[in-house]
Amino acid sequence: MTESSLVPELTTPLPSIWSTNGLLTWIASVDHKQIGIMYLLATLIFFGLGGVEALLLRTQLARPENALLSPEEYNQLFTLHGTTMIFFVVMPMLIGFATYFIPLMIGARDMLFPRLNALSLWLFICGGLLLYFSLLTGSAPNSGWFSYVPLSGKAYNTSQGIDYWILGLFTSGIGTILSGVNFIGTTLSLRAPGMTLRRLPLFVVMSTLNGILMIGALAIFNSALIMLFLERTLHMGFFNPDKGGDPLLWQHLFWAFGHPEVYIMVLPAFGMISEVIPVFARKPIFGYAFVAASSVAIVLLSFLVWGHHMFAVGLPDTLNIFFALASMMIAVPTGIKIFNWVATLWGGSIHFSTSMLFATAFLILFTIGGLSGVSFAALPVDWQTTDTYYVVAHMHYVLFGGTLFAIFGATYYWFPKMTGRLLSERLGQWHFWLTFVGFNTTFMVQHFLGLMGMPRRVYTYPADMPGWGLLNLVSTAGAYLLAVSVLVFLWNLLTSLRHGVLAGDNPWHGWTLEWLTTSPPPVHNFERVPPIHSTRPLWDLEHDRALTQIPWTQPQQAVTQPNYAPVVLAVGITFVLWGLAATWLLSLTGGAIIAGALYLWFMGDASHLGDTEEDQIKLPV
Amino acid sequence: MFPFNPASPQSAAIANLFTTIAVVAALIFLIVSGSVLWAAVRFRRRPGAAEPPQSAGNLKLELTWTIIPILLLAVVALLTVRTMSAADPPHDNAGAAAVIVTGHQWWWAVDYPQANVHTANEIHLPAGERVLFALRSADVIHSFWLPTVARKMDMIPGTDHYLWIEVDEPGVYEGACAEFCGAQHAWMRLRLVVQSRPAYDQWLKDQAQIPAVPTTGDSGGGAQLFQTRTCVNCHAIAGTTADAHVGPDLTHFASRTTLAGGVLTNTPEHVARWLADPAAVKPGNHMPNLQLQQDEIRQLVAYLETLQ
Repeated sequence: MTESSLVPELTTPLPSIWSTNGLLTWIASVDHKQIGIMYLLATLIFFGLGGVEALLLRTQLARPENALLSPEEYNQLFTLHGTTMIFFVVMPMLIGFATYFIPLMIGARDMLFPRLNALSLWLFICGGLLLYFSLLTGSAPNSGWFSYVPLSGKAYNTSQGIDYWILGLFTSGIGTILSGVNFIGTTLSLRAPGMTLRRLPLFVVMSTLNGILMIGALAIFNSALIMLFLERTLHMGFFNPDKGGDPLLWQHLFWAFGHPEVYIMVLPAFGMISEVIPVFARKPIFGYAFVAASSVAIVLLSFLVWGHHMFAVGLPDTLNIFFALASMMIAVPTGIKIFNWVATLWGGSIHFSTSMLFATAFLILFTIGGLSGVSFAALPVDWQTTDTYYVVAHMHYVLFGGTLFAIFGATYYWFPKMTGRLLSERLGQWHFWLTFVGFNTTFMVQHFLGLMGMPRRVYTYPADMPGWGLLNLVSTAGAYLLAVSVLVFLWNLLTSLRHGVLAGDNPWHGWTLEWLTTSPPPVHNFERVPPIHSTRPLWDLEHDRALTQIPWTQPQQAVTQPNYAPVVLAVGITFVLWGLAATWLLSLTGGAIIAGALYLWFMGDASHLGDTEEDQIKLPV
Repeated sequence: MFPFNPASPQSAAIANLFTTIAVVAALIFLIVSGSVLWAAVRFRRRPGAAEPPQSAGNLKLELTWTIIPILLLAVVALLTVRTMSAADPPHDNAGAAAVIVTGHQWWWAVDYPQANVHTANEIHLPAGERVLFALRSADVIHSFWLPTVARKMDMIPGTDHYLWIEVDEPGVYEGACAEFCGAQHAWMRLRLVVQSRPAYDQWLKDQAQIPAVPTTGDSGGGAQLFQTRTCVNCHAIAGTTADAHVGPDLTHFASRTTLAGGVLTNTPEHVARWLADPAAVKPGNHMPNLQLQQDEIRQLVAYLETLQ
């Protein structure tokens, strides 16, 4: 063990699930680190599901007129793939990282509302379970992640899958809104002394701004889901022209949520890139104020561009032009970010760790996705390319080439902080290159398929379309390469967790507060935090001797004790909603569970579970 | 492949806009990725290197890469607005459309109201003439799309949309439903046959003819079966009592080149296969299996083949 002489032995402040009460300690936990880790583990499982779904879809499309999947199976799979990846992988992965790192990066002991934080987690998990429970009723949802009416209405779709789709997303949506409240509250109230809003780490800036998006967008979406549910169960007619409704109302509501949702899935990824690139280029982020302010612009604009998803529905020209101009405007703040990241590289001393490789690839791939995005803002081009594979390519360049590459980069960057061990760089290089090649093989050709006229969401395509068979085969081959890359990644996670090189507190010589504490951090995160004078407190400590004279301060917040209330409340809410699709008995049971949960929330605690030394911090007087 | 093969002035307008944007985008991409790769090589960490200069921003640069994209986008916006009327010429909704296309799960009803012609899945047009289409939906949302000919236009229940279609040269142009519309969205394909004016006039005249009802042989038996089995509940054939419009109009069924939204070519063997078990050919489609005997299928095929 040569490392042991360099870095302290690994501490394990988080309880093992194998210990006595171990599993219960996790279930009752209100600790942001445990909750963050549970978010990430749950999203890994959903990522596996969504990935297998994607592989099945691509296998079906490998050859024209393939009969591997029936059309009904294909439609259920693509609905599940989209819904899973958006609501149960990308968004909660970013929420998981934010839950883990916002308090650490601002020098706090926990989120502002620790029990609400746990409630968010369990609502997200219960929502996912409700969605997948639909499989047991005989049919997964099958009208796409957008579930346009009337196709998702009772007249055309009597399967329970849609009901579970609605209820599952509604459940997890509540959790997302609560996360948003928590992010904003935490950042505004629990920053270390001296950390003004303009000294926030950019990941915190973006995750907090994301809180605004999450509250605004999911509130719209959950309202729309209620309307759709009432339409299906009570035949309300919001979306039914025969009853004076309009099917386009659903599209307006859906995309008024759906476009901010795109930024919910991208902004925190921007934040990750803004953390990783400076550290590995050994320079501060170029144009901090511009990167932060451009994110504010994106938040505001993102609520004004939903119509660009509806350019082909026949909106009036004036409305179309408004949405087109607003959409083009979003390219400006996005471009500012890209240029600032490139400028951060410029003149740096770049260390290409796996994390940095992913971040660098992000710059290139996201630029491709962003530029193809601008082409949709040019209305007539959208009239040509919308609902084709060109969109599928664009959207994956943004969400996979963009967000997922950023998440991989952040994983290599922060895994040592979360576990105390480094991920293997050797496996990491394999992971990166397989992902990079696999990704581009899968999705680059889809641009051309779209331009050749291949619509999206088709379970097969005619054999006599020139070029379609070959390009689809290439795309499928790329998908299998991606599957291999994910296996390498999982293998890396598993082996490094046990045998990874010990990381020490600050393996990358990072500058933000999370690197100040041990890896993994103790339950209370920090004994004391230093005074903050810039966006790079650790740099200041190293380079400004005068600072060492100023006393460090104790974070004010106490550590909240474990409590079963959040998980029980989440289960109760889920039962109430589940009963709406199954039987009223479940709803009744759910009501009783909620009553019990509220009692626990206010009266009970499970502090006996937290009987470890770390939990008994004596706050020095 | 788009944008290289526009078949109409409208499509050419879109193709020009796309090409312009693609060129600008390619330049920006080359600048960004070139800078990234150059930085990756030039500023790679050397062993033992000291910390680099800690530059944290530059206002002039920030303004440059804010203003230049705004100017570029202003140009793109201008081109976009200018292209709109060329790509989708304005129309007078009150003017009667010459062709009405109605999207159904999963086929297209095509009606020529002035000529009293009703067909399905194949549209015939004269070359070089601008024809106003009305687009409707009978059930869920569909999207009318002829990739090399015109913009996509969604078909929304309860709303009529209009679209000018104009194709320069005679030929066959493939199209499809572009909005996910249920189980058989994939086999909701569309074919546009563009003909010279005389050929088109002849086609329209033929389609308006009421076909004779055969009375003898297999086809005669088929005609009788058509009336006595449940076929008439959904289909129409001019000149007979069959007048339902749930499924495609079959008056000139045999003149069409494809079957069931493009899933099969229209040959007697394929028609027989389709009649024997529609769900085996196109799972989830709305035509029931009528449990027809081999004899009945033979006779129905013979009858349908007379509907030229």
